[in-house]
Amino acid sequence: MVTTAAARATEFDEQRGAEISQWGLIWRRFARNRLSVWAGYVLVAMYATALFAPFIAPYAADHIDTNHSYAPPTRVRFIDGWPAVCALSQDLDPFLLKWQYADDCSQARPIEVLVRGDTYVLFGLVRTNLHLFGVTEGPPMAGASALEVHATPTPARGAASSDPLAAFRIQQSESIAPKVEQIRNAPRLYLFGADQQGRDVLSRILEGSRVSLTVGLVGVFLSLTIGSVMGATSGYVGGSWDNVIQRVIEVIRSVPTLPLWAAIAAALPRTTTVVQRYFLITVVLSLVGWTSLARELRGKVMAYRTLDYIAAARLAGCSDLRIILSHMLPNAASHIIVVATLAVPHSILGETTLSFLGLGMLPPAVSWGVLLKDAQQLDSILIHPWMLIPAIPVVLTVAAYFLLGDGLRDAVDPYSS
Amino acid sequence: MLTFLVRRLASMALVVALVSVLGFILIELPPGSALDTKIAQLRQSGGEISQEQINALEDLYGLRDPVHVKFTKWITRAVTGDFGHSFTMDMPVSKLIWSRLGFSIGLSVFALCISWGISIPLGVFSATHRHTLPDYVIQIMQFLGVAIPQFLFALVLLVFSASVLGQEVGTLFSREYQNAPWSLAKGLDFLSHVWIPVVVLIAGGTASLTRIMRANLLDVLGQQYVQTARSKGLHETRVIWRHAVRNALHPLVMALGTTLPTLISGEVVISIVLNLPTTGPLYIRALIQKDMYLGVTFLIMLSMLLIVGNLIADLLLAWVDPRVRLDES
Repeated sequence: MVTTAAARATEFDEQRGAEISQWGLIWRRFARNRLSVWAGYVLVAMYATALFAPFIAPYAADHIDTNHSYAPPTRVRFIDGWPAVCALSQDLDPFLLKWQYADDCSQARPIEVLVRGDTYVLFGLVRTNLHLFGVTEGPPMAGASALEVHATPTPARGAASSDPLAAFRIQQSESIAPKVEQIRNAPRLYLFGADQQGRDVLSRILEGSRVSLTVGLVGVFLSLTIGSVMGATSGYVGGSWDNVIQRVIEVIRSVPTLPLWAAIAAALPRTTTVVQRYFLITVVLSLVGWTSLARELRGKVMAYRTLDYIAAARLAGCSDLRIILSHMLPNAASHIIVVATLAVPHSILGETTLSFLGLGMLPPAVSWGVLLKDAQQLDSILIHPWMLIPAIPVVLTVAAYFLLGDGLRDAVDPYSS
Repeated sequence: MLTFLVRRLASMALVVALVSVLGFILIELPPGSALDTKIAQLRQSGGEISQEQINALEDLYGLRDPVHVKFTKWITRAVTGDFGHSFTMDMPVSKLIWSRLGFSIGLSVFALCISWGISIPLGVFSATHRHTLPDYVIQIMQFLGVAIPQFLFALVLLVFSASVLGQEVGTLFSREYQNAPWSLAKGLDFLSHVWIPVVVLIAGGTASLTRIMRANLLDVLGQQYVQTARSKGLHETRVIWRHAVRNALHPLVMALGTTLPTLISGEVVISIVLNLPTTGPLYIRALIQKDMYLGVTFLIMLSMLLIVGNLIADLLLAWVDPRVRLDES
């Protein structure tokens, strides 16, 4: 029944092909731009992932395991045709005073689907401990012993082979170094490695995506609201109101964006909850962001003001509010959407940069910028290169938004080829 | 032209005044000051500080005055070049800022010039070779240039130059040249350090400018006078460079208004990553430690940089485009 109705609808659409709505036309033009459509899919996938982040993540973002400080990304092996991970055993290098990790495949465990792990609350409603995949504690796998023979200890990244003292060190540690007892750990799954406190970087990236992906949306929504009100009224009313708003915009835009953001963010109280901080940061981003939107909208409204259909509406007795809301804004809607889409990545970059500088989100909050702050020191990145992995989703998201916005801009412009 | 200049200068003065009020209030806003940290330090080192001494210190720095009194005091001295005292560095702000601002301006202007130098030919090439492989490559590079946060690009280059090229990185000079007088060797050393921030800054600027150049030239190439020039039998290079490009250039000048803030912001961020002796690291530290006079001076100076840059852009635009001149006067 449903399919026939749908079929009839398409048939109907084809019959009156000349009567496609404005939005239908925009959609058609947009769909032709394959790259933008794919960027849209990528973004949908990312937001869906963020929504289910604690379920997809193998561990809780704040699951500390000091026995795995800076553990490198775990190698996934196939034991009995099933993906599995070996445990990491720890040795203290008595000279570098650093933990060296070695694979301990006698403790291998399979990667299982739908496992019980850290407890979390999904959507703020369901308390559960079910994770999409992960490694549980239990008896070692049967087929693991065969693999153990081939397992070679992975040298820690810090002690590069070019180290001229390496031979000396090994000799020394064999002869005089006190034998440090090896710590045998239960296997853990660190697909993207672990940070200083042994927290899983993948889980933290997933958790951080919730802040990083939404802070842009909320920030742009705020700027959109302020910008629409300011821009529409200043374009419509004109006169001294327009003059005042234009001066305000000019002053705000005369301060370079990042230093201004930093100054406002530094003025925020530092003893707030994570949620309060989150909203304060969105406010900071939108306090600067609304200006460009207000300018564009003002231009549009001023252009519309002289058009006949506005004069007609006024003669018909429409109130100013009604003219702005139901005649001018819908006309500028497509333009507003494009500007907003292109503003989101700037907000995301803003949050990431501010957090990176220690002025945005603060730990224990997790965002991509907060994660990248841990990768600020050069020697730290050289030894633990996986700390830079959170950069990949940032670049991916921002690029996808730019591509999407580009496609939308071409689509709403009826004169584009 | 003269009235245009006078009007622009007058509005610029107004904006500078408003920006300094805004900046001062913004940086004054958070409670506490660097003096609190200093008192805590003194207490920790064993000194007993009475309430009277604290009051005396606060009076000395004028910390107990209301905001507008503080501002008036500060601004009257600021116009004579005395920007107050930095609490954390324990020296006058004016001694701290000039060399750092010099490096910032130098880096930004240098990067801007190179960005223009690269983006004009690149944009022209991209527009005239539309839908070819090089055009796609250029467009992908543009997206990456805009999408990669500058601090990240700086980090990646830092890792690259440290691990692959084996350079000593960060700062602008090697240790042995830090306090040495300028010489050829110091210059070469400077160049081996300065390329990272310059490349990062250029990447961001070039990406957006190339985009603008390409779009403008495509617009212009579709116009009838270009067709006329072609049908006259002019050589294609002449059509493009003499007729089309000249008319596609002024939006590039207008884009200065959006390129400059990006450049200045970028310079602040990457100089923190690379630990350059420019405004960035000191500014952010001043903000975090509530060293207000230092922070406010940097904020206003960076804004001045932007405002003057915009003024130059406006003048340039009036110079290349007579319509702007006529409209305004």
